[in-house]
Amino acid sequence: MILQHIADGILSGAIVALGAIGLSFTMKMLRFANFSHSELLTWGAYSALVFVAFFSSFGGFFDQTIGPFSFGPGLLLAMLCACVTTAIIALLLHRFVFGRLSRAAGHMTMVFASFGVALILRHLVVLIWGSDPIYYSRELQFAILLPGNVRVLPDQVFLLGLTVVVVIALHLFMTRSRTGIAMRGVAESPDLARASGVNVDRIITWVWVIGASGAAIGGVLYGMTVQLRPELGFSLILPLFAAAILGGTGSLYGAVLGGLIVGLSENLSVMIIPTTYKPAVPFLLILAILYFRPEGIFGERST
Amino acid sequence: MIGLVSYIVFFLILSLIFGVAVLGLNLQWGFTGLFNAGVAGFTAIGAYTMAILTGPARDAVFGGFELPFVVGLIGAMIASGIGAVLVGLATLKLRHEYLAVATFGIAVTIQLVCLNWEYLTGGTLGLIGIPNPSKAWADGPLAQNALYLLVVVVVVGLTFAALERIVKSPWGRMLKAVREDDVAAASLGKSPERVRLEAFVLGCMIMGLSGALYVSFIGYVSPWDFLPIVTFQIWTMLIVGGSANNRGALLGALIVWGVWTMSGFVISRVVPSEIQAQGGAMQAVLIGVILVAMLLIRPRGLIGEELHVSRHARS
Repeated sequence: MILQHIADGILSGAIVALGAIGLSFTMKMLRFANFSHSELLTWGAYSALVFVAFFSSFGGFFDQTIGPFSFGPGLLLAMLCACVTTAIIALLLHRFVFGRLSRAAGHMTMVFASFGVALILRHLVVLIWGSDPIYYSRELQFAILLPGNVRVLPDQVFLLGLTVVVVIALHLFMTRSRTGIAMRGVAESPDLARASGVNVDRIITWVWVIGASGAAIGGVLYGMTVQLRPELGFSLILPLFAAAILGGTGSLYGAVLGGLIVGLSENLSVMIIPTTYKPAVPFLLILAILYFRPEGIFGERST
Repeated sequence: MIGLVSYIVFFLILSLIFGVAVLGLNLQWGFTGLFNAGVAGFTAIGAYTMAILTGPARDAVFGGFELPFVVGLIGAMIASGIGAVLVGLATLKLRHEYLAVATFGIAVTIQLVCLNWEYLTGGTLGLIGIPNPSKAWADGPLAQNALYLLVVVVVVGLTFAALERIVKSPWGRMLKAVREDDVAAASLGKSPERVRLEAFVLGCMIMGLSGALYVSFIGYVSPWDFLPIVTFQIWTMLIVGGSANNRGALLGALIVWGVWTMSGFVISRVVPSEIQAQGGAMQAVLIGVILVAMLLIRPRGLIGEELHVSRHARS
């Protein structure tokens, strides 16, 4: 049993990690807690639904499934398109709401605005797609039996593999590319980065694109392995914040490790507390980390 | 005509009950700068305490003491206050957005407890049959509601008058000092931690009062009345009216609740019945748009904070 909980925890932790990367970056680099970030997961998942339908209308190549998975090339392409769509939404929000407020008003005004943006985004999903759960496909899958009586679905293996690929790609981007290095500089100190000739506005665009793409991939993977519903992102607000704060805002590895800790502790918690209280676990983690190490595991103590 | 009058009475009762919660939030955010994103949780504590203290006895559920209305109101404030002390001690060290995240989590947790601790809260079904004192004073729904409106107006009036006195008192000036610069306040020998905790607890007690007034009027309490959207509505009311202004807090409650009910009415008339279920989503989008637009166009609210210049500095 405990091995199964650990497996489930790693899987849900991977989705949380993908969403938390963007949240952690915006918290550090734009200096506000974006309560609407989790809605980008919802929009990623639902916009992929549109592209899945679009590609499958071509039939043939796009409609087939790959190996043991429930999906085919259509969904993979749709996931890419969802990343682009979600990034455009995030950039529009920055252009018309968050960017303006960050110049004109304080950081807290941006937090209020993110409440409003979250309400708008979530309920637009209800208006467009309805509130009933939706699935990308109805394919049945056979679970793979791993040692220790652990069952995982092929799609879940894909989820984990893709998350690892995304994190490695981001790692290379942050350490090897000039943009990635500049991004870390902005996280350290925007003023210093600006003084060293970094185009901070361009870096902020990158922050939104990376954050939104991660959220979209996380949303699609959630839709693939659980289901699509309008509260998909909303139910992840606390886990995402817990992961970002646990890891230390602005840290890629922190967000990933934070995501895994959140996923594992949520799933292992059912062994000691009733399942119905599971959604409170991320909140307890937030309280504990803020109390004992407010800068997070990988964060630096600011003075 | 009678229909319209009853409707206006009903509307005023609910918007003034919201107004009480907005006044509590205004004390915390407007005057002290505490970001409480868990308003719904503290109104829930007040609401359930009212239901337990004044409600009828029932099997397998705690409470049902059938105590008088006023005892219920006071009990609700005390219970929310105790909750606020516990939460405040654990979180008030945190600044701004971390406090927002932590209090948001508290509201989610309180709602989970309401949903699942059946012995105390009746679980998903909630608690029904909460007495409305006006039922004993008059016959007919309109007269009863008018009397209840009177009760609510008295409570709002007392809360408003008390808060106006409080924020103009030395303690109230200390709140603003902590909000603007807590290091400077500390250097003058004040204790920012203590002031923040006091303001937080008092604000949460007022939110509990609002929840108590609500359940007595509606007659039942259920966990679905305290979803996070309630917090967002109350915040929108404060932002629209203007924070750090108690008149603004009440004005915002009237306007935002007015927009909410009017849009609900229009949607129920205009939108075809197949997609009526989505009407609530349209209302929520509207509230979101109002909040964002207000922040972009007029961030200080309709009537924002008045400037106060010390009378010693004036001449």
